[in-house]
Amino acid sequence: MSLRSPLRRATGLGSARGGAGHWYAQRVSAVALVLLGLWMVIALATLGGASHARLVAWLSSPVSSALAVLLVFTAAWHALLGLQVVIEDYVTDKGTRTVVLLAVKFALVAAAVVGVLAVLRIAFGAVA
Amino acid sequence: MAQRARPLSPFLHYRWLYTNTLSILHRITGVLLSLGFFLFVYWLAAIAGGSERYSRALDVLGSWPAQIVLFGAAFAFCYHLLNGIRHLFFDAGLGFELATARRSAYATAAGAVVLALVVWWTVRAGLGGAA
Repeated sequence: MSLRSPLRRATGLGSARGGAGHWYAQRVSAVALVLLGLWMVIALATLGGASHARLVAWLSSPVSSALAVLLVFTAAWHALLGLQVVIEDYVTDKGTRTVVLLAVKFALVAAAVVGVLAVLRIAFGAVA
Repeated sequence: MAQRARPLSPFLHYRWLYTNTLSILHRITGVLLSLGFFLFVYWLAAIAGGSERYSRALDVLGSWPAQIVLFGAAFAFCYHLLNGIRHLFFDAGLGFELATARRSAYATAAGAVVLALVVWWTVRAGLGGAA
């Protein structure tokens, strides 16, 4: 006989309440970043020395702007998951840990929004 | 009877091997890349800010302290990419044999240095080199 409630058994998340979700999300974003990261580095290498006008033309094409938005979003997500593990491992004081985790989360989400808006501005032709 | 002091944590009993070296380097490069993410967003925002704003950003990125940071970011990217792929194979249950794990470790370390030099050299030409 199990001592777990039917709801606990159904959600299957265990005592840490997170299950394998964090671990799995880290791997999914890692695989996406292998592709998106390689795309960006190869693009940067071939664009070497490009003028501002050429960069704007490149980033405003539908494929590049879609991939750039995906890259910003996925990189921020992966960084958040990774930094969270590092902080939880090394910051032992609970109050400090909460503050640091919140600060990192806010900073990454803010940077991601700035990055996505920058790409959208370029994609929608707001940049001369 | 007084109990003998026993080790409470295994931390000090690990030998310094390629395994834990690569593992801690993966964390360190991950943290560095998180900082590099803000640099990447700065670059995107500079492009969106117009050509004048972008040329000022290139002056900043072309300065030698920024070039050192960019080389660090290039190495961190290449290392984290290669070792990350290595870990995805481990997650799939592949490459755990001692000889294979050692070979992939050395390939990762050497490959990261070579790849970082290539990336830094080609990207440098675009970031400040030609400005």
